[in-house]
Amino acid sequence: MTVGVMNNGKIRRRPAWASPLIFGVIVIAVAVFSFMKNPSVTEAVMSAMIRFAVPLMLGALCGIYCERAGIVNIGIEGQMLLSAFTAYMTNVWTGNLILALLAGALTGALLGYFLAVISIKLKLNQIIGGTVINILAIGITGFFYQVGMTTKGKFGPIRLGPLAKIPLVGPVLFNNPPITYIAFLMVIISHIIFFHTRWGLRTRAVGEHPRAADTLGIDVFKTRYLNTIIGGALAGLAGAFLTLEGVGTFERNMTNGRGFIALAVMIFGKWNPIGSALAALLFGLANALQTQLQFMGINIPHQFIGMIPYALTIVVVSGFIGRSRPPAAEGTPYEKE
Amino acid sequence: MEQKTPSKNNWLMTIWRTIRVPLLAILSALLVGAVILLVSGADPLKAYAALFKGAFGNANYLKRTLEKTTPLIFAGLSVTFAFKAGLFNIGAQGQLLMGAITAGFLGFAIKGLPPVLHIVLALLGGCAAGAFYGLIPGLLRSYSGAHEVITTIMLNYIAINLTDYLADGPWKDRSGTNVIARLPLIEDSARIPFFGPVPVGFIIAILIAFIIWYMLERTNFGFEINSVGLNSHASRYAGMKTKLLMTSALVVAGLLAGFGGSVETLGVVGRFQPGFNAGLGFDGITVALLGRSNPFGVILSSLLLGAMKGGANVMQFDAKVPHEIIDVIQSMMLFFVTADLVIRKLFRIIKDTGGEVTLTAGWGQK
Repeated sequence: MTVGVMNNGKIRRRPAWASPLIFGVIVIAVAVFSFMKNPSVTEAVMSAMIRFAVPLMLGALCGIYCERAGIVNIGIEGQMLLSAFTAYMTNVWTGNLILALLAGALTGALLGYFLAVISIKLKLNQIIGGTVINILAIGITGFFYQVGMTTKGKFGPIRLGPLAKIPLVGPVLFNNPPITYIAFLMVIISHIIFFHTRWGLRTRAVGEHPRAADTLGIDVFKTRYLNTIIGGALAGLAGAFLTLEGVGTFERNMTNGRGFIALAVMIFGKWNPIGSALAALLFGLANALQTQLQFMGINIPHQFIGMIPYALTIVVVSGFIGRSRPPAAEGTPYEKE
Repeated sequence: MEQKTPSKNNWLMTIWRTIRVPLLAILSALLVGAVILLVSGADPLKAYAALFKGAFGNANYLKRTLEKTTPLIFAGLSVTFAFKAGLFNIGAQGQLLMGAITAGFLGFAIKGLPPVLHIVLALLGGCAAGAFYGLIPGLLRSYSGAHEVITTIMLNYIAINLTDYLADGPWKDRSGTNVIARLPLIEDSARIPFFGPVPVGFIIAILIAFIIWYMLERTNFGFEINSVGLNSHASRYAGMKTKLLMTSALVVAGLLAGFGGSVETLGVVGRFQPGFNAGLGFDGITVALLGRSNPFGVILSSLLLGAMKGGANVMQFDAKVPHEIIDVIQSMMLFFVTADLVIRKLFRIIKDTGGEVTLTAGWGQK
């Protein structure tokens, strides 16, 4: 089941982000090539890729925090939707974008706490817990949303000084609104947390073998609570991105399955922050390219592009190409002895 | 404490013990809904009265309630059947869509058939499509170990995309006035008729619920399905073909959901239109759990949810309450019925027997 091949009795591990990285290199090569031929179009496609990928990256990070600690979270969609709504409403009431951003993250964190209580304290089935969050979010946002509210605006791009002047890379990566930067930062920070800090090691231990972790003195419950709450806050940022950066306004059921694509991205990225971020960028690129091809008169139905993440996820969980394996203790409530 | 003394009407006691938690869960959910209504400045009693009127007030309202109930029964049975085999069918939505679009296609594409034959053919097509869509996660679960929750979630979205494409592409309604993505109206010969205010589809649904109950409780196949659900290892050592059983459980689940989608297309909507049955798969989970994974319980809980959905429009019109409050109440029902711990603490029920639902764990397990 491990990712890797036996070699003289040693297991040589292929890192989880290896295959997405190969995709990434190909993408960059193609991008550079097409940039030399047509700079403005390439820039537009790359920027669209980033805009599409950011909520998926954040949503997938939410999944990673929860699931690495052993909590299945299929409520990302609902967390995103409700956070998008509260961020929007805060923006409508106060006109303060920073407050709105915090409101979104806080809403996500609260829903994360709700999921944690459901799964840790009440020991409910976590998949039902996530479903409750999803239905609840549709209900509450639909119930309280009224058409015709206006905001004073959304986050504008922040130029990162000289970096923004680099051709292609500058406008695409270093001239973005704040949540986009936060998302990229969080990917890197999360990767360091999970694989290079004590907290990350403990979290992974709790997700793989809670009893062993408990025996070694790790507080399983605390670890699970905190990770689920942090994850929730990240899903909240993803929701806030939609209303404060991406679309700029709220619509009923505006997440439109992004929470579930995030889930697919997480699995395709093998529960690994960098792998998932690359997967999110890949799906973002597919979408951006489809739109661009449509402008050029080549019409691939967008539904086929839309299917890619889901189909690829089925392929990797089935082990047809490089199996993606979830944390072992996922979904089971922990009982102290 | 009276419950502990043995009484003569024991089966009544058993029924009561089985239904009290769902009943209290419904009550608690309605209370939460009432609080939200109060906070938003609406009168909960007025709203609920309007909801009830809208669900059962006259023959037309009743008809709509039963129309809403019918696909819920199928979706609930689908989820229930998978539960019995220890599988979590999140994919009822996708299976339902595949069934609905297949039935819709057969309904308009075939012309000149006698009515009953046309209906049967379209229903069979829808069932087959749903069953096929259950077969995929079934095979993947049994032979590659991919957890059915992941695969069915992904298959749901593949189905949404695929049906959207078909409804906006090759099978689109090309008549002059139509601009939206949908299939043409089905032929009259494919329409499932009404029996007064009672849709024939509803009667079929009740019949199917009986059949499923019989299958689960009185046949070898049902026994084996139940036993796999309770302990798949023990079942394998007892000589059962657990992989085949799990696969067939998902096939049956898919067939039921596909059946539901077909009945909705042929009996209610009259064509396939994307988004018309959004959320029905998750409703199926609610209905199955409220019904304690019992086919008759599924009928009752579907009636409840169907009444809420049927009456929502009248409530919105009469009491000026957005119909989304129904979703809030539904999610709370789902929460309270699963969190029977909470219910038991709230209402001081010490012990609960009967109707326990065995659920699968997360996708970390095999």
